[in-house]
Amino acid sequence: MISTIGSFLLGRLNWSALPTEPVTQGGAVGVVVLGILAVAAMFYFKKWTWLWKNWITTLDAKKIGVMYIIVAILMLLRGFSDALMIRAQQALASGNAHGIVSSDTFQQVFSAHGTIMIFFVAMGLMFGIINLVLPLLLGARDVAFPFLNSVSFWLFAAGMILINASLVMGGFSPGGWLGYPPLTELAYNPGPGVDYWIWSLQIAGIGSLLSGINFLVTILKKRAPGMTLMKMPIFAWSVLTMTLLVIFAFPILTATLGMLGLDRLMGMHFFTSSFGGNPMMYINLIWAWGHPEVYILILPAFGIFSEIVATFSRKRLFGYKTMVVALFGITFLSFLVWLHHFFTMGAGGDVNAFFGIMTMIIAIPTGVKVFNWIFTMYQGKINFATPMRWFMNFVVTFTIGGVSGVLMAVPAIDFQVHNSLFLVAHFHNVIIGGVVFGYFAGLTYWFPKIFGFRLNERLGKYAAYCWIVGFFVAFTPLYILGLMGATRRLDHYDGQGWQALFIIAGVGTLIIALGIGLQLLQLGVSIWQRKKNIDTTGDPWDGRTLEWSVPSPAPAYNFAVIPTVAERDPFWEMKEARKLGHMPKAPVYKDVWLPKNSGLGIIIAGSAFLGGFGLIWHVWWLAAIAVIGVAVTVVLRASDDDTEYVITAAEMKSLDAPHHQKGQLV
Amino acid sequence: MRRRLVFKITIVTLLVVTIIMAAWSYFKNVNVAVLNPQGTIANQERGLIIFTVILSLVVVIPVFTLLGMIAWKYREKNTKKTTYRPNWDGSRLFETVWWGIPCVIILILCIVTWQTSHQLDPYKPLSSDIKPITVQVVALQWKWLFIYPDQHIASVNLLEIPEKTPINFQITSDAPMNAFWIPNLGSQVYAMSGMSSQLHLMADTTGDYPGSSSNISGTHFADMKFIARAVSRGDFDTWTTRAQQGSTFAWSEYKSLAQPGVVAQPTSYDLADSNLYAEIVAQYLQRPTKKTNTQSGPQMNMEGM
Repeated sequence: MISTIGSFLLGRLNWSALPTEPVTQGGAVGVVVLGILAVAAMFYFKKWTWLWKNWITTLDAKKIGVMYIIVAILMLLRGFSDALMIRAQQALASGNAHGIVSSDTFQQVFSAHGTIMIFFVAMGLMFGIINLVLPLLLGARDVAFPFLNSVSFWLFAAGMILINASLVMGGFSPGGWLGYPPLTELAYNPGPGVDYWIWSLQIAGIGSLLSGINFLVTILKKRAPGMTLMKMPIFAWSVLTMTLLVIFAFPILTATLGMLGLDRLMGMHFFTSSFGGNPMMYINLIWAWGHPEVYILILPAFGIFSEIVATFSRKRLFGYKTMVVALFGITFLSFLVWLHHFFTMGAGGDVNAFFGIMTMIIAIPTGVKVFNWIFTMYQGKINFATPMRWFMNFVVTFTIGGVSGVLMAVPAIDFQVHNSLFLVAHFHNVIIGGVVFGYFAGLTYWFPKIFGFRLNERLGKYAAYCWIVGFFVAFTPLYILGLMGATRRLDHYDGQGWQALFIIAGVGTLIIALGIGLQLLQLGVSIWQRKKNIDTTGDPWDGRTLEWSVPSPAPAYNFAVIPTVAERDPFWEMKEARKLGHMPKAPVYKDVWLPKNSGLGIIIAGSAFLGGFGLIWHVWWLAAIAVIGVAVTVVLRASDDDTEYVITAAEMKSLDAPHHQKGQLV
Repeated sequence: MRRRLVFKITIVTLLVVTIIMAAWSYFKNVNVAVLNPQGTIANQERGLIIFTVILSLVVVIPVFTLLGMIAWKYREKNTKKTTYRPNWDGSRLFETVWWGIPCVIILILCIVTWQTSHQLDPYKPLSSDIKPITVQVVALQWKWLFIYPDQHIASVNLLEIPEKTPINFQITSDAPMNAFWIPNLGSQVYAMSGMSSQLHLMADTTGDYPGSSSNISGTHFADMKFIARAVSRGDFDTWTTRAQQGSTFAWSEYKSLAQPGVVAQPTSYDLADSNLYAEIVAQYLQRPTKKTNTQSGPQMNMEGM
């Protein structure tokens, strides 16, 4: 009787869900202690009200962006500690040595590393930066759907908390970051690990889809008057293409994970190996989402580099139209290449060749973009500040990654390097070199606009050096190991002379760790010395686009008066005009309506979190309550008419007075 | 300023030379399998790798050169007077050049891709005067079973093959998806349950070549290593004869072998059931029965297999 009640209340959750190995126990204790410390600090400093009013319930895109980035940085530290564990294990586990963790834990570690780095670090940084600057770039006050934005973020955070809960209770999926069945089916992995993976991605993925819709509508509907599509900054174009990819790709992920979830929850047979299930279908579907996903990550990074190179070369971006064409070319092609992830499935020469050729064609627009950036620098006056350092790192790394990508696009070559460490080196080459460097550059570049002071340049440059050197020391050995026949995800290997290279790779990872440490130090030092690096003008880099025309930190309403745009680089043109003595007209202030804070976003995401938790542990009543909770909250929000507050024209005038005396774009 | 530059260049050169020396002495003694082909397929694939890298360098070298030169020349701190044209943002000639050159390179590569995808398709039988040998490969948790239906033998974690003879592999899995890969001999192919994939390889020289699964398939997947041993025809015949005197291998032995676990030593068996491979594949194709029948293979219609 007691056990029946217990299993009704707690599903399959019991004491055996606690971690058993020292390493995982350490991780779990660390997570719990950090959580307790954070909560205790909030009580001690009496900050709960402040947190609720200023952050948790905020609908201001800039604040939501900051929260995205905080979560992404925390997750970067977690994902990177996973990476250090992978490297330590592989550096040690040669011959009869078996390293620091068991095989099963090792598999959970690399699965968590991949999942976290892609879904919670790269996606988090991307949505964070877009939230920070997209409305500012477009001359808008906010995104199209501010409340939806809050829901998106909190769903992302809920997925993040769920994936970290697996450290404490039940363990994670050992199935790799894309969880191929039949390995992830009940027959081989009945425990909660794979369910954690499914539901944290499912929740975060819905948040991503909502964000994608939100930004697309923002770009199409909220641009400043006069800003035609062809006058937008390229970053906005890159976000536009990214959102198209999100809108077409993420439903595939949701459906695929949904079917795998049904297999696991209800014993269905979509992807099982027997009873008519077809695992190959899953692999097709997951890559039909997964390949666009990597372009979702890289396109905004391309956009960021387009802004940065133009700004720091003090020159108009070279080949604007070609840049747009290239972005759309990549967007279109990215849906036609998914099969290159499994050339070795035996689809035959025609199919393999088609997908191989489509993959190579992507190299053309990408190459064109690189040339355009280089010729933006040509005959400019290049200021090699930290963002530009990241750009230089990016071109070098990304080009090499591109070459290894073109190599792997040839099916007959892929037969020899597929699933080897060569592949691992390739995608780290493009993701670190492109995505990570891109978002670091963007963070450094736009940091003063959000916080009102610059990041420390010297430490930033040191960090960039550490990242590039560490990257090559860490991943060049992996290319070679791949050619030596080392497959990915090995928790131990025979002494085939691989160990020396694994140790070098480990050293490289430590150099990257130093780079991350320097970045954290840079943040600390910059906050400490913020008086020294304060940005009084709102235009620290001699910028070209609208976001630099407002004060730093940008006010909640972004623009006191929505600017009218006539040129491609409006702020730059305005500055040029002033040099010739053309003064802007006096601003005409109007009433401004802004969204009120709302706590319903976190309630929706909190319900989703509980729902995910209930489904993982088979606590059906909790899952049912969660679904009802989400539905009720959505209805409540939809029936609320009083969601905005007003800043009157008179108030706006006084708010804007100090800045306006310095002059701005009108 | 100048002396510091000379100093820097010297240091970098010394570093590069040291690294090259160390690398060279290291790689003399290890098997860089993909670049050290011992079979016809691997050999062609290595040639393709080298060709593609050289072709890519046609773009990469100009990119790096341009990037370095332009960044150096147009840096703000350059004391020499350089041209500054802030509004120059397009040139039809330049853009045509860098749409054009990559297009030409990719076009060449596309043609090569189309041809090699068909030439080196794992399903394509190899042409040779010597009669090919069929080996049926079953990926299990966490070992490899090799069935030689014509020689009536089976072996675990040891794939013995005669040199210069085409081998027709049929590959399946009675476990999560795996991939069958012998880097020194060439292509890898997925092993999937309920399906039979094909692969055709040939070893040119005798020797022991490491093989493994390159697709994660559970806890001890790192132990799914086997030896591909290419031997002379005579040695192969000796080995098959010896294997035929080993213990018998039929459905019940297979089922106990298929239990998850790691095999310490390679073993060979006398194959009692030449239909074993088809039965392993067919397990996943039939309706489930409540009775588990361990004495004989599942009753099934072998037509259409």
